[in-house]
Amino acid sequence: MAATTETVEQVRAVTEQKYKYGFTTDIESDVAPKGLNEDIVRFISAKKEEPEWLLEWRLKAFRVWQEMEEPRHWAKLSFPPIDYQDAHYYAAPKMKDRPKSLDEVDPELLKTYEKLGIPLREQEILAGVEGAEGKSPAIAVDAVFDSVSVATTFKAKLEEMGIIFCAISEAVHKCPELVQKYLGSVVPYTDNFYATLNCAVFTDGSFVYIPKGVRCPMELSTYFRINQANTGQFERTLIIADEGSYVSYLEGCTAPQRDENQLHAAVVELVALDDAQIKYSTVQNWYPGNAEGVGGIYNFVTKRGACRGRNSKISWTQVETGSAITWKYPSCILQGDNSVGEFYSVAITNNFQQADTGTKMIHIGKNTRSTIVSKGISAGRAQQTYRGLVKILPKAEGARNHTQCDSLLIGDQCGAHTVPYIENRNRTARVEHEATTAKISEDQLFYCRQRGLSEEDAVSLIVNGFCKEVLKELPMEFAVEAQKLVGISLEGSVG
Amino acid sequence: MIEIKNLHATVDGKEILKGIDLTINPGEVHAIMGPNGSGKSTLSYVLAGRDGYEITEGSVSFFGKDLLEMEPEERAAAGLFLAFQYPVEIPGVANTTFLKSALNAIRKQRGEPELDAMQFLKLVREKTKALSMTDEMLKRAVNVGFSGGEKKRNETLQMAVLQPKFAILDETDSGLDIDALKIVAEGVNALRSPERSMLVITHYQRLLDYIVPDHVHVLAFGKIQRSGGKELALELEKNGYAEFGVNEAA
Ligand SMILES: Nc1ncnc2c1ncn2[C@@H]1O[C@H](COP(=O)(O)OP(=O)(O)OP(=O)(O)O)[C@@H](O)[C@H]1O
Ligand SMILES: [Mg+2]
Repeated sequence: MAATTETVEQVRAVTEQKYKYGFTTDIESDVAPKGLNEDIVRFISAKKEEPEWLLEWRLKAFRVWQEMEEPRHWAKLSFPPIDYQDAHYYAAPKMKDRPKSLDEVDPELLKTYEKLGIPLREQEILAGVEGAEGKSPAIAVDAVFDSVSVATTFKAKLEEMGIIFCAISEAVHKCPELVQKYLGSVVPYTDNFYATLNCAVFTDGSFVYIPKGVRCPMELSTYFRINQANTGQFERTLIIADEGSYVSYLEGCTAPQRDENQLHAAVVELVALDDAQIKYSTVQNWYPGNAEGVGGIYNFVTKRGACRGRNSKISWTQVETGSAITWKYPSCILQGDNSVGEFYSVAITNNFQQADTGTKMIHIGKNTRSTIVSKGISAGRAQQTYRGLVKILPKAEGARNHTQCDSLLIGDQCGAHTVPYIENRNRTARVEHEATTAKISEDQLFYCRQRGLSEEDAVSLIVNGFCKEVLKELPMEFAVEAQKLVGISLEGSVG
Repeated sequence: MIEIKNLHATVDGKEILKGIDLTINPGEVHAIMGPNGSGKSTLSYVLAGRDGYEITEGSVSFFGKDLLEMEPEERAAAGLFLAFQYPVEIPGVANTTFLKSALNAIRKQRGEPELDAMQFLKLVREKTKALSMTDEMLKRAVNVGFSGGEKKRNETLQMAVLQPKFAILDETDSGLDIDALKIVAEGVNALRSPERSMLVITHYQRLLDYIVPDHVHVLAFGKIQRSGGKELALELEKNGYAEFGVNEAA
């Protein structure tokens, strides 16, 4: 057993060193006073120069939220009470106006993204050149720093095709009818405690609209960064794929290393109309806290996609390695006939991290299909729960679901739990569920080490193998980062 | 090259190796034969540095260094290779990925430059061909779903790629069909050189027709009971281990 303990030690040591994103940026900020009340909601709305309807919507949400309770009773998570009055609900890097081009963005901010490996400027130039040769597909980035979107690249090129990719606060002014029509149409403002809070105080996030029949030529990506201390981050993402369109969207996130816990409560809404496809990938690497469980992000996220149209498809792929607490169930509402929902997830918890994550697949239309592949890895004293719901409504003739839930344990102080709920109200539907739990065996570790791999590289290799089915769903650009994250560093993996 | 002196090892308090003495010089091939449960695999595990064995007495020096002080991966980098009696499955990890990671990990430990994807592929293709293995097997997950014989062949491939200085083959012949046995033996013979040594553990003298050993040892009850030339294997084939007090029915 000694080897396993050592492995855990090593994974622990490495994981801590690995959080290389723990720096803060010294930048002047506009910060709202601490606390949460209607005035703060009005303050945020005013800062964003929002139309009346949106302010009213926020206030409705805020009033509902005040009557709601934190959903503590059912999730397998334990954390001290959160004082919602003890946080800032708005923080923005000081800028006179929204920067018109990258030249106007504070160099400190550009440096931050460079450090994170998201060099907004270089990316644009490099990708532009490469894109021109038709080699590597470019990535358009929307960078969100604390509460504000600071830069979006490739906008002009996308606009030529009628694609709208911008900060949601900008979309409110640019295409208000779209925002008003779809905002809250998938996750209503009464949905749940965190989502409702988000409705009241969301500050920024990304907006995407892909017009009819357009295949978005590049990956769209948003990079979220929490910098300001004691700030909650409440971003809101809305993606609409009109008939016959396709988009692949990536989301990445990091935060500085701080001793206090920071709240992150995002909402993501996806809408796919007839024959449209949305592929949404996340690599979540918020600060997880230290080895003793101090600090880290509380990540309470509501992600939901509506397959409204016939033959539409939504895929969620997530690699969750960060956060002290993860509470997240990306879901698909399969409304359109023949629509398809997919959920591919890798969740890694170490030390004192806790994750309660899974998905919901709601089959409404005929011949709707869903696939769930969840890979959970627990090390240290971490606790992880897969919680999934597959619901087949009476009209979902011929619906199909296949669920595969695998857990891998490293050491013997961690836990993995699987809680699948299945509600099938149609006889012609078929639901399959498979679950396995395994440990990294001493034999596997020894075999790898005999071949020259260090123990940590062996763990990394084995874990990457375990997650392969999910990792291969990620876009190439992300897969590399994810592989490194998943293990430690996969020395020279075959490209 | 390797000098084993009075090696005693216990597992869970039970003594399995009871004083092994064995010296292998560069270029030599030694064969170990012995009844089931006599400690052959235990010896190979102890040499490779597997956890769970307590060395109660004795020493092993490898190129003048104290082998027993080294981590398994350091032993690998120093040139020790073990072809497992029971190769381990690693789901989801492609054979090529595994091999490339292993080779580069060893090269890195030795301070040699790592091979890039192209160089590696060239090397591995060459070795794969020599062992009549298919590219398809390279893409598959390490040993997962491999037949017994395929696993053994895969061990040989790893050895051919990693080019160890001292290879222990723990029953690499068992499970191989006649053609495969020849191919694997050729693979092993191709590695024979004045600088390289091998310790071949086997139950069948047939293998030794192909890989002709310089010395043959009989291991029973945790000790080397007798040593001789290749004719000893023939004798064992005929008479069994009765002479060493082993009850054949057991
Ligand atoms: N963990 C363990 N606990 C107790 N006994 C063990 C353990 N591991 C090995 N042994 C015992 O040690 C002895 C030697 O085993 P070993 O695998 O070395 O034999 P072997 O010579 O390789 O046999 P075979 O020819 O069948 O491969 C056996 O009696 C075995 O049961
Ligand atoms: Mg054996």
